Amino acid sequence: MAGIWVYAEHHDGKLKKVTFELLGKGRELAQGRGEELGAILLGKDLDPLAEELSPYADRVHCLESPMLEVYNCDAFLEALSSFSAERNPSMIMAGATYQARDLFPALAGRLQKGIVVDCLGVELADGGRFLLRKPIYGGKALVEVAFKEEPQLVLVRPRTFPPAEPRSERAEVSKEQVEIDPTKVRLKVLEVMKTTGEKVDITEADVIVCGGRGLKDPENFKLLEELAEVLGGVVGATRAVVDAGWRPQEDQVGKSGKTVSPNLYFAVGLSGAVHHVMGMDTSKVVVAINRDPMAPIFQYADYGLVADLFQVVPLLAEELKKELGK
Amino acid sequence: MEIVVLVKRVPDSEAQVQVKPDGSGVTVEERYGMNFFDSLAVEEALRIKEKFGGRVTAISLGPSQSVEVLRTAIAMGVDDAILLEEEALLGGDEYATARALAAAVKTLPYDLVLCGREAFDDSSGVVGPVVAQFLGIPSVTMVTKVEVEPEQRKVKVEREAEGGRELIEAPLPALLTAQKGLNEPRVPPVMGVVKAMKAQIKKLDLGSLGLGPEEVGQKGAKLEVLRYIEPPKRRAVKYIKGEPPEMVKELIELLKTEAKAL
Ligand SMILES: Cc1cc2nc3c(=O)[nH]c(=O)nc-3n(C[C@H](O)[C@H](O)[C@H](O)COP(=O)(O)OP(=O)(O)OC[C@H]3O[C@@H](n4cnc5c(N)ncnc54)[C@H](O)[C@@H]3O)c2cc1C
Ligand SMILES: Nc1ncnc2c1ncn2[C@@H]1O[C@H](COP(=O)(O)O)[C@@H](O)[C@H]1O
Repeated sequence: MAGIWVYAEHHDGKLKKVTFELLGKGRELAQGRGEELGAILLGKDLDPLAEELSPYADRVHCLESPMLEVYNCDAFLEALSSFSAERNPSMIMAGATYQARDLFPALAGRLQKGIVVDCLGVELADGGRFLLRKPIYGGKALVEVAFKEEPQLVLVRPRTFPPAEPRSERAEVSKEQVEIDPTKVRLKVLEVMKTTGEKVDITEADVIVCGGRGLKDPENFKLLEELAEVLGGVVGATRAVVDAGWRPQEDQVGKSGKTVSPNLYFAVGLSGAVHHVMGMDTSKVVVAINRDPMAPIFQYADYGLVADLFQVVPLLAEELKKELGK
Repeated sequence: MEIVVLVKRVPDSEAQVQVKPDGSGVTVEERYGMNFFDSLAVEEALRIKEKFGGRVTAISLGPSQSVEVLRTAIAMGVDDAILLEEEALLGGDEYATARALAAAVKTLPYDLVLCGREAFDDSSGVVGPVVAQFLGIPSVTMVTKVEVEPEQRKVKVEREAEGGRELIEAPLPALLTAQKGLNEPRVPPVMGVVKAMKAQIKKLDLGSLGLGPEEVGQKGAKLEVLRYIEPPKRRAVKYIKGEPPEMVKELIELLKTEAKAL
């Protein structure tokens, strides 16, 4: 059997964190079913990444081609669909990232298989069947589903599982130079515009300090930047703030932005509209700071401070700095 | 330009959703409308038509009430609407739904197929790309800008991507999924609403889609629903009182000792 595969997504020579989270879960599932755990890499010159993955998987499959240097849905689809059709893994897991959400639904269509997106739980039931859990209606309910056929394609919300621990065994690395028929690659990627630089993506952050319209002015976000920096976190924003042009789109948390699941989430000067909450309600610990005691965000928080953010946030940053010795 | 838009009837995001005690299903408050991202797709289709001419057809698969979202689409300016409401088509997963929708699209001429980034109820974002695979055309998801070049038979789009944006060119026909930022959907004009009330909504059954009952709906689904579950509840909020300096000290203490989050 070709085993359980984890799609090892990488950007600018760095593997996405979610890959390691999935390798942890994948190990548990593979052991439970007596299968091999594979990591699958697509790109060009993959040796360093294969090396990095080696302590976490039984096998690293490298699919190399100059046509896979830059992400292109068509090219990746050609490579991944023929490789999986040939090997027939029981499951391919990937993070529910921008890239995987573009590629894997197309892969499901190409392989004529099912797919579950934004999984919050994967369990092995008696009889070796996988049970997948995912939110519906923006998280107001969960549904548990199972696949009728394999391979099963599963996209997991980042930060749902803890990262894997490295093992002393090393993976076997198998390299394939893939031939991609250029006529099948209909899409042309004309330009890739990076706007975030080296900043940690909010979906990967351990701590998020999210600001809303209560900040009053884009300048005031520096208060949140300072608090985030003390905590080693990043700043997020509500849609109201993004639409006003105060913060970049990639920092938007919520239904029409990103779904985040940090360990610690500060909701500052934001009301907690349903659309916002849908993007953050799996955060582990939530602190809400709002001067309106009726603000809905308090229903989704563990700790609530009914206060003026302009008084509380600078103090909090200062105290934490002392506390954490920074 | 011949454009097909896929629109789904979904509950309003504010609607109450209750998991049935036996986990067999959910009860949803009667507040439904067109999926938000689909309204962006309709708007974009209309803008392209206004620029280059052609026709826009909206298709929806769902219970008979889905006719409401098709009327909304017509009121906005869509030319034709098709409803797939046959019992056998309902209750399927995204794959089975996509299969039926693709068969419906195939009954029409099309240069572009537009749909939403994801449907509010299942939040999957799967149907669009799967439809594209059934049609054998390329798909680009999460687009925030669309520029059609009809003579060149191509479309240039901007999509939201990891750490920024990508500029992508696709040959026509192609399928695009609409992300927030693409446009501001218009409010249907009164004239449109009047027209929509009188409009004929075409219906396609399995036979005319060329599909068998085992290929669609629950039977054609790749996933089996086992049960519905209440989401885990966060414990009641702990309010921290006092003047700001005390508040801050207490919060830090709780984050350290109780929440173990520092
Ligand atoms: C289809 C759709 C999709 C959407 N998607 C998203 C999404 O992805 N993400 C998202 O965030 N929203 C989304 N929204 C918008 C959402 O409904 C709300 O409008 C938005 O989240 C409100 O932003 P806010 O909390 O910053 O502003 P407001 O609702 O205006 O809240 C500001 C808060 O700040 C508080 N405040 C003011 N001054 C202070 C002070 N000095 N100290 C402390 N508190 C103060 C106020 O009490 C208030 O509660 C969507 C809406 C729709 C219709
Ligand atoms: N039943 C349906 N009828 C029409 N369009 C649909 C249907 N289901 C999904 N779609 C389209 O596909 C998009 C993605 O849906 P989903 O994959 O269910 O999240 C939606 O935004 C719609 O544009």
